[in-house]
Amino acid sequence: MIQNVQSAADLAPAYDLVVVGAGPAGLSAAIEASTHGLAVLLADENESPGGQIYRSVDRASDADLTRMGPDYAAGRRLIERFRSADLSYARRATVWSVGPADEETGDGAHALEVGISLGGIARPIAADRVILATGALERPFPFPGWTMPGVMAAGAAQILVKSSGLVPSGRTILAGTGPLLYLLASQLLRAGVSVTAVVDTTPVENCRLALPHLLSFATSPYALKGLKLLLDVHRRTRVIRGVTAIEAFGSGQFSALRVRRGKKSLHIQGDLLLLHQGIAPNLNLTLAAGCDYVWDERLAAFRPTVDVCGASSVPGVSIAGDAAGIVGAVASALQGELAGLTAALDLNRLGQGAYQQRRNQLSRELALALRGRTFIEHRFRPGKTFRVPEDDGTIACRCEEITVGKLREVAALGVPGPNQMKAFTRCGMGPCQGRLCGLTAVELLAQYRDVSPGEVGYYRLRPPIKPVTLGELAALPHTEIAIVAVAGFVERAADGAQGK
Amino acid sequence: MFRRLSDRKESSVSFTFNGVPTMASQGDSVAAALLAAGHCSTRRTPVSGAARGPYCMMGVCFECLVKIDGRPNRQGCMTTVVTGMRVETQDGAAMPGQEE
Amino acid sequence: MDYDVIVIGGGLVGVSIAWGLSKCGQRVAIVDEGDLANRAARANFGLVWSSSKGLGNAAYSRWSRTSTANWHQLAAELKGETGIDTGFVQSGGFSIRLTPTELERGIASMAKLAGQPGMDAEGTPPLEYEILDQAETRRRLPLVGETVAGAIFSPLDGHANPLRLFAGFHKALQQRGVHYLPHRKTTAIRHRAGAFELAGDGWRLGAGKIVLAAGIGNTALAPMVGLNVPLSPSRGQIIVTERLKPFLSHATGYLRQTDEGSVLIGESKEATIDHQRPRGPITAVLAERALRTFPLLREAKAVRIWAAFRVVTPDGYPIYEQSERFPGAFAFACHSGVTLAANHALVLPRQISAGALSEDLSVFHSRRFHVPAAV
Repeated sequence: MIQNVQSAADLAPAYDLVVVGAGPAGLSAAIEASTHGLAVLLADENESPGGQIYRSVDRASDADLTRMGPDYAAGRRLIERFRSADLSYARRATVWSVGPADEETGDGAHALEVGISLGGIARPIAADRVILATGALERPFPFPGWTMPGVMAAGAAQILVKSSGLVPSGRTILAGTGPLLYLLASQLLRAGVSVTAVVDTTPVENCRLALPHLLSFATSPYALKGLKLLLDVHRRTRVIRGVTAIEAFGSGQFSALRVRRGKKSLHIQGDLLLLHQGIAPNLNLTLAAGCDYVWDERLAAFRPTVDVCGASSVPGVSIAGDAAGIVGAVASALQGELAGLTAALDLNRLGQGAYQQRRNQLSRELALALRGRTFIEHRFRPGKTFRVPEDDGTIACRCEEITVGKLREVAALGVPGPNQMKAFTRCGMGPCQGRLCGLTAVELLAQYRDVSPGEVGYYRLRPPIKPVTLGELAALPHTEIAIVAVAGFVERAADGAQGK
Repeated sequence: MFRRLSDRKESSVSFTFNGVPTMASQGDSVAAALLAAGHCSTRRTPVSGAARGPYCMMGVCFECLVKIDGRPNRQGCMTTVVTGMRVETQDGAAMPGQEE
Repeated sequence: MDYDVIVIGGGLVGVSIAWGLSKCGQRVAIVDEGDLANRAARANFGLVWSSSKGLGNAAYSRWSRTSTANWHQLAAELKGETGIDTGFVQSGGFSIRLTPTELERGIASMAKLAGQPGMDAEGTPPLEYEILDQAETRRRLPLVGETVAGAIFSPLDGHANPLRLFAGFHKALQQRGVHYLPHRKTTAIRHRAGAFELAGDGWRLGAGKIVLAAGIGNTALAPMVGLNVPLSPSRGQIIVTERLKPFLSHATGYLRQTDEGSVLIGESKEATIDHQRPRGPITAVLAERALRTFPLLREAKAVRIWAAFRVVTPDGYPIYEQSERFPGAFAFACHSGVTLAANHALVLPRQISAGALSEDLSVFHSRRFHVPAAV
């Protein structure tokens, strides 16, 4: 049975393994490691386990399961296994830093330290191994009007259905590209939502580029499901293809979408606009932990560099699932299992022989689960003008309200990279810490300099990767050396008395 | 702008938004409860004062920041509504020291 | 020869000097490293502060005070050229002392500083400061914590927005046609026929004069032109909060609110350059002292914590020098790139253009470190 950690005081000072994120990768990693006797803590921000894909599945009714389909329902079995595993689970916990143990406050026995905030109290927790399973984010989708109320991410609508049984009540427009767009359209239609249009922004040339990968896709489990989905959506709503630009209108709230197809344009009235153009690895914690990363041209996103078992460039830190590159729920779970298994091997809870046998089996299953992804990546790769808008008035950084035009102006100063750009504009300095502008800023700079985004690099991310109050930080362990470093000297009770 | 599916049977919870009594379902996040109650604009930005509302619902965009029980800049999508909770629009930057 | 002067280093010191040189009519280029260079200019605190500086070196106190005075001109000129407001305000600064011992030490140190010979000079604003007891501190800053013991206030001190200052210089440089050349780490400097040739990976540039303003990088570059710029490691760490409504218009020595609303907290000095990761215990002490200073910040959220390396010489005072072996090669190193930006932009460039640093600056030559220890 899992141990529910209710408060920061209930956390042990150290664990063999800390897993961050309770989606398919994190759950599988934690379960696997715990079966080998590792003391495991799984920390997750949400109310209940499942991540975004299996969100609220453990309290879903039969009606919910039918609505969301068998891929969602599959999460139930995983969560049941998790609930019966022998490990600690901290829900509503924010992990805001991961890194090497501090030279002073570290216990000398554990190589890593994880900053966790739970119920308004922050604590550093020691760990031998950390598995980051922080999942993916919706790729930023900047165009004029995307910041106004009534415009939301498609994933947000899915979360609202799963966790609250809420569906759009008015005329709903879906715009963008990717399988999730059609999945959501189909789910909403099935729930009786008025889906006015699906505005497909997939570049027309994608079909040609994806063609060479068709065969492996056709024989993958995605093929039949995908085809059925497309037919279903086409039959039940208006699908507009070949879209070259979109713009949202409304006074204070979304009311219409202008859709351009080459020189033609049309207005679609609506009450809610849902956006999606693929997902990208959630990098903030992995980068703040110091993990190396690369640009993945096919994903049009950065991903951390990991070996076949998920090990990152930082000793002891592994990354599994979508956080390491977009792979989907099934492959994420397998990667999590592999990372958990490898942690058990590293900490001598498992023999080489048994490890190799399991690893080979998992690798085979993983290869099978990944079949067809290349086709999907090419087929639904978002177009350049939807990643870096041409319109200079478009907001790129939602927090600091920095426009694409401002970024272009600064790019023209010859800034060496996104960090200098951030310093000059505040783009990426808000509370979201670049999650919704990072890719836009980097790709804009790369376009300007005519180099790969990999050469431009990403923001230098630092803890806390989520805002933490000064009160919480102030209560972290103090040391005399740190006091001297800050105040210049350590004041003892006697010193104060002398002063009077 | 959002409606509750008829097959959902959670019990209801009452909270206030800007002082107005509002109903939510057990288990709703603050952001979901506000959307269900028809509020899609829940904060004003500290930069230009533009209206914003929940966008990602998964804790990454910080667009659903609201004041909860007097504490500013709370992520509405990451906080579960409880009976009697006081939720208010986050109007620009937080005023330090005004927590009640 | 490609340029009259090449400045090595595109941080705050480099761009200040390059801007001033351009105003002197020089053809200037800046060669800089990449986006992840150890750049103090993106990590600084933004104080324009002179009152507490120069204990043990009156010339440094004078130099800092002159720069603070020159800041008004710098801010106005940059705004005129670029429209960018550097946010400079000289509304006076508070050195807040949390305990009676801290206050006593502060008072003693100011008395010693003010009593040094050579503190006054024509054209330099005199050092002025007031000692505020607990009640007076609370009267002037009603939001300070009840345990704050007192403060030292100086009307000379103030603050600016260092990122906008940095951006303003860059924009002005572009408008003036100064070439900013990033991704060029200088690995070799040759002196040939009265001119300098700089080289790096796949590039080569010539200039009549060069200015080494590469921060910590100067240690490696200086010997190439017969100079020696010894630097001591010093890591500083800063916490920055989300934007808050304005509550503090004055700068304090370790905590200030920017004109954009965020609060910066930082005063740590660690003698190390092992790594640039923020350390938990330092964060804890910084936050705890910030809350003793302004308890109302308890619920304010930190959005970033960073650590960066200061450019500090062994005695803490700057280095300004020209190579005797290779005239035309200058090396500068200092910690206070924001405070001294005005002098770097308005005073030094004239001297560089003329080919000689003024006699007042001779005290900042690195030869002071080469004197054999007195027996």
